[in-house]
Amino acid sequence: MQKIGVFVCWCGSNIAATVDVKAVAEAMKSEPNVVFATDYQYMCSEGGQKMIQDAIQEYGLNGVVVCSCSPRMHENTFRKTAERAGLNPYMVEIANIREHCSWIHKDMEVATQKAIQLAKAAVAKVRKNAPLTSGTSPVIKRALVIGGGIAGIQTALDVADAGYDVDIVEKSPTIGGRMAQLDKTFPTLDCAACILTPKMVDAAQSEKIDILAYSEVEKVSGFVGNFTVQIRKKARYVDPLKCTGCGECTEKCPSRKGKNEFNMGLDNRGAIYIPFAQAIPKLAVIDPTQCIKLKTGKCGICQKVCSAGAINYEQKDEIIERQYGAIVVATGFKPISLEKFDEYAYAQSQDVVTSLEFERIMNAAGPTKGQLVRPSDGKHPHEIVFIQCVGSRDTSGCGKPYCSKICCMYTAKHAMLVREKYPDVNVHVFYIDVRTPGKNFDEFYRRAVEQYGVDYIKGMVGKVAPIEDGKLLVQGSDLIANEQVKIEADMVVLAAAIEPDPSARSIATMLTASMDTNDFFTEAHPKLRPVESPTAGIFLSGMAQGPKDIPETVAQAGAAASKVIGLLAKDHLVTNPCVASSDELLCNGCSQCEKVCPYGAISYIEKEVRGPGVREVKRIAQVNPAVCQGCGACTVTCPSGAMDLKGFTNSQIMAEVDALCK
Amino acid sequence: MIKEKAAQLLREGKVARVLGWEAGEFAYDLTPAYFETEEELKNLVYNEYSGANLSKYLIAASKMEGVTLALLKPCDTLSFNQLLNEHRINREKVYVLGVGCKGMKDQNGELLLKCKCCKGKEFKAFDEVIDDEECRNVPESDRFEEVRRIEAMSAEERFAFWRNELSKCIRCNACRNVCPACSCIKCVFDNPKSGVAAKANTDDFEENMFHIIRAYHVAGRCTDCGECSRVCPQGIPLHLLNRKFIKDINELYGEYQAGEDPEARGPLTNYTQGDAEPSVVRERSGE
Repeated sequence: MQKIGVFVCWCGSNIAATVDVKAVAEAMKSEPNVVFATDYQYMCSEGGQKMIQDAIQEYGLNGVVVCSCSPRMHENTFRKTAERAGLNPYMVEIANIREHCSWIHKDMEVATQKAIQLAKAAVAKVRKNAPLTSGTSPVIKRALVIGGGIAGIQTALDVADAGYDVDIVEKSPTIGGRMAQLDKTFPTLDCAACILTPKMVDAAQSEKIDILAYSEVEKVSGFVGNFTVQIRKKARYVDPLKCTGCGECTEKCPSRKGKNEFNMGLDNRGAIYIPFAQAIPKLAVIDPTQCIKLKTGKCGICQKVCSAGAINYEQKDEIIERQYGAIVVATGFKPISLEKFDEYAYAQSQDVVTSLEFERIMNAAGPTKGQLVRPSDGKHPHEIVFIQCVGSRDTSGCGKPYCSKICCMYTAKHAMLVREKYPDVNVHVFYIDVRTPGKNFDEFYRRAVEQYGVDYIKGMVGKVAPIEDGKLLVQGSDLIANEQVKIEADMVVLAAAIEPDPSARSIATMLTASMDTNDFFTEAHPKLRPVESPTAGIFLSGMAQGPKDIPETVAQAGAAASKVIGLLAKDHLVTNPCVASSDELLCNGCSQCEKVCPYGAISYIEKEVRGPGVREVKRIAQVNPAVCQGCGACTVTCPSGAMDLKGFTNSQIMAEVDALCK
Repeated sequence: MIKEKAAQLLREGKVARVLGWEAGEFAYDLTPAYFETEEELKNLVYNEYSGANLSKYLIAASKMEGVTLALLKPCDTLSFNQLLNEHRINREKVYVLGVGCKGMKDQNGELLLKCKCCKGKEFKAFDEVIDDEECRNVPESDRFEEVRRIEAMSAEERFAFWRNELSKCIRCNACRNVCPACSCIKCVFDNPKSGVAAKANTDDFEENMFHIIRAYHVAGRCTDCGECSRVCPQGIPLHLLNRKFIKDINELYGEYQAGEDPEARGPLTNYTQGDAEPSVVRERSGE
């Protein structure tokens, strides 16, 4: 005889203001097998849990339905409650009458009816529940960080500091990322390299950190605590054990057409190059698209000049496989392409640059050695116009709907630096709003305006047009003065919106980690679990999750590291007993489940099957319960219904649907 | 020529039986049949009424002693490959004799629906082929024309259209029984434990669900052989449900023909980096 108890939570007024909780409890009393139903202000409180425990014992309940918030919030709480009262935790079902009901309805009568329906469905399901027992799976005590910018470096340093091994996979030849390209950092104006490179060196010198630069993640399988990752180490054509990073080869290389990525393509580099002076690892790399030797077989100068004998034109990509307990995504960002913003003449004039290009121009290690000169003729500019929100907060479809968050501050920084170094240069900034929340941020911006005399103009720029004398005519509107503004500028700097690095999408696919419509990784909870992906064992660090500045990135990187450490500190994880299994008699052997299984948990065997009137050897599916994560992809793919998922059986779901449709 | 070839293979002992068509009561109702001797082979008929797709019979034939010679038209070989893909046919137990086709006819002498949008005259699987030049002439066609017409309807019109069509269903199961993709050892509609079968006669919408569920079950595996509509005694255009799926799959995941390649991973049972995700779907549908 089944005895089910129903517990309806008010959630203060969250539920009770829209759902008549007493009516729900009352309605449940007449459901078959329900022997007890009640309501309470906060079921998750000690008092509420005690109520459930007492009822389990007093009425001998063998099924519990809690009508409350989403199971994501408190399913675990109530499972533990049941366990304490001696009931199998998987005999508890949650009817979500908050997110699915009270929060989205206004009419109390309708909401109450719906809550009753949801409760009935949960009762129908719990009637078919079976006790389940969890197993355990081991945790591999090694973490993988994808991306070697400041986010990845910081996460790796923190994880290593706790004593765990961690690998950084970076697709470019050096770690350092975008921060290495920056000149100064707001709001303190310390030089980016001065604060970044010590961290790069720490990472390189740490015994716990293995830097796999010029490498890409190729394939990911497994699950939390037990990922297997294939990493492609791209051919550098340089032996890392022999190369001393002397740079002799880079100077002698006759190929000079490769765009220097580090300087945002403002100058060229050799086919063999070292990205920048503080690169880690400091190894030369040959760009096979530019190398004359690799393209035509002739040349070989770098090999001749290399006294260490490190050049190897025969080197091939190498695939290595490693195991990890946790994976951190720190894939970073890039400025958007400005193709769609023809009005700013970016493609027409060399003197229209993006902010990141401007960083390189201002940087002492940049293409102009830090001299502020116009890219077109190398002359000193006298009028510079900065345009903010180029593609940010843009709902026209050309740009991005979100605020890129960092542009207001770096534009203030650029304006200030120009005025500081070159007081003869007039600086104008067109803006929609100036957004400066953050410690010492607004003070910083005010200094740019008040102390450095930067001319801030509220309004948008309609057009930038090259005119005679190599000048740029900037036409915009001043919304405060309510007038059109025309400025003849020598240079225009565009604060291009940022977007996730394009490599993020394929990584998300490999990790089965979800992304939002802008390709930023989504968090498990936007407020309460901001550094975890909804996919267990995947953590988020830096811009991959959303626009943020360096202080925020570093803070988030540390937070992600603490979550990784929390995971790696465990020897075993309790596995989910809600795993799939296949009915041998119904299985067609068609392999569709095997194909959709993201965990490789399904294999096929030839087996003698016996049933009523059946005795034959046939091909059937077998699930490895240690690998199965209970996602249910196989059950919905199986056309014959042979595949079933414990805790979410086809018959349980059908019972719920039936209850809803009655 | 087909008979001669079949007789020769039977004689040589290379095949134990021949799967083909024999005459029925009327000229147009040829029936699938096995022929085990040269004597029986005299009854083999292959003409413009041999529309039936014989691939599905090979699931059972795979379990019989010896090799079965199967007469497959070019489009039938797609179903054959799809069944190979699903490990339902043992390739070694089948000798595929590809037979050329100039378009099949219905009882009124009109070209079959499936032949109006012929999927080509190429044999995707065969051990031997018997055809001639005339067989390779494929007419131009747009098989999604009707699907687009239904897509253009309002939701209400579309619902009314399908309610009208599906209400004709007498649930004879002919579509399911003939469908090469509907090859489950036990269909969910016959399995009381599935919870689907139990609802058989609860209301008139159930028949509708039968066809919709069936379309979902064969989605991504349906080769568009058109047998469902051919055998429907009520003339329900069931193939349109399948074609809608095929059209959507083509648009979301790129052109795909089930059964083209027996090793292929169908787009619905594969996961690639280019897969349609929410943001991608929006881009592709141009909203």
